[in-house]
Amino acid sequence: MITLTDLHKSFDGAPVLRGANLHVPKGSSMVIIGGSGTGKSVLLKCILGLVTPDSGTIEIAGQDATRGEREALLSRFGMLFQGAALFDSLPVWQNVAFRLLRGPLKRPRREAREIAVEKLRRVGLGPEVADRLPAELSGGMQKRVGLARAIAADPEIIFFDEPTTGLDPIMAGVINELIREIVTEMGATALTITHDMSSVRAIADRVAMLHAGKVRWEGPVGEMDAAPDPYVQQFIHGHAAGPIEALR
Amino acid sequence: MSLTRTLVAAPAAALGTLGRAVIRALGAAGRLTLFALAALSHIVRPPLYPREFGMALLHVGWLSLPVVGMTAVFTGGALALQIYSGGARFNAEAVVPQIVAIGMVRELGPVLVGLMIAARVTSSIAAEIATMKVTEQIDALVTLSTDPMKYLVAPRLLAALLTVPLLVAVGDVIGIAGGYAVATSSLGFNPVGYLANTLNFLEPLDVLSSLAKGCAFGGIAALLGCYYGMHSGRGAQGVGRATKTSVEAAAILILAANFLLTGVFFSA
Repeated sequence: MITLTDLHKSFDGAPVLRGANLHVPKGSSMVIIGGSGTGKSVLLKCILGLVTPDSGTIEIAGQDATRGEREALLSRFGMLFQGAALFDSLPVWQNVAFRLLRGPLKRPRREAREIAVEKLRRVGLGPEVADRLPAELSGGMQKRVGLARAIAADPEIIFFDEPTTGLDPIMAGVINELIREIVTEMGATALTITHDMSSVRAIADRVAMLHAGKVRWEGPVGEMDAAPDPYVQQFIHGHAAGPIEALR
Repeated sequence: MSLTRTLVAAPAAALGTLGRAVIRALGAAGRLTLFALAALSHIVRPPLYPREFGMALLHVGWLSLPVVGMTAVFTGGALALQIYSGGARFNAEAVVPQIVAIGMVRELGPVLVGLMIAARVTSSIAAEIATMKVTEQIDALVTLSTDPMKYLVAPRLLAALLTVPLLVAVGDVIGIAGGYAVATSSLGFNPVGYLANTLNFLEPLDVLSSLAKGCAFGGIAALLGCYYGMHSGRGAQGVGRATKTSVEAAAILILAANFLLTGVFFSA
């Protein structure tokens, strides 16, 4: 479904991606792990077209994602941002139904609201939340609203950027379960980036480890613990000593 | 040998610094021009987001009325006092209505409204958009197939282009009214005569120049707020810097544009 080949990206001469290769099969849930600053978010932004790669190719369903109609491409995506990135000035239901209130997927306002309330219900939020502003919600509720927005237009591909960052372990578990359920139920292709190993085990079909701008290891989540790569072993066990240098 | 080297190196370094500053300034001017052209092109190309446009009209136009009115009324009153006192030095106290009218309509009305809009609207646009940028709301817009230039910039720019001339017209009238109130209440002017002198003295070109300046200043104010917001750095510091720089740049450009437009309208 998504294939990245030899992707390079530098910022002000500092290389972030140094030839990343990755294939995400259709309908699978791929989780990218790696330390801070290894290029995970940049990789995601390159696929979405928010950042233009210096070289390499990005194919989505066999089509070059860097060419052609960008709006049509983005209409196939949903994305949950790390901080939820809800629009402060809009009530919750309009955040969820944003895509359904404008553009090619526009629906009548009442229908868009009904869909928004249904998506909120799907992520465990009642209709009473619909008319609140994002600032009136807790961090966990904002993540759920962000998740509802990501799935509102039933996208084929969903990206999750650090979905459990800043949440307590129980809420993180709830969000992980929701993501797993929704991805399975919708049959969507999912790409998640996270540091959180409990998220990896809950969400992933396959795991890729990104380090120094390259994918060091990629395989099924069941094989991750036995992966021979010392970088993967250090990361998943959280050891301070190992090939990944840690600043003290 | 080392003295010769120093004598050559110091001016070269100074020239290098100056050259880099000029190149940076030209680069910034080029980026701002491209941004302005893109923003204007989004105004004339559908879709226009009516809700965002309506909110921008309310925010830029209606909600700016109190500050514009207060600024104009006090300036008009002070202007009447100054002209009366200055005119008394050569027995020309009677010109108060004419000079208040021409001063407000040609210069003070547009410039003060422009500067108040820069303080109120440019800062809030820059802070709002910069905050949206650092909290990834701009990226979220893109992933939701919505062009930020069309959704955030075009409605604000169009609203400013349409409402600031009206605010300037209101400011002109209130400023003249402030002068009228002071002149008739404490300087002994006849109310009917004051109004007649004001209306007879003003020409259509005075009003036209005032409205044209309002349009230009509104465009500058909104454009710079959007530009610095969209190009904000990271974190709270980035938002603060974007807001401060946008207001400084808008104020300077408004004053420079005022000089140019005054030359265009009245130099002949």
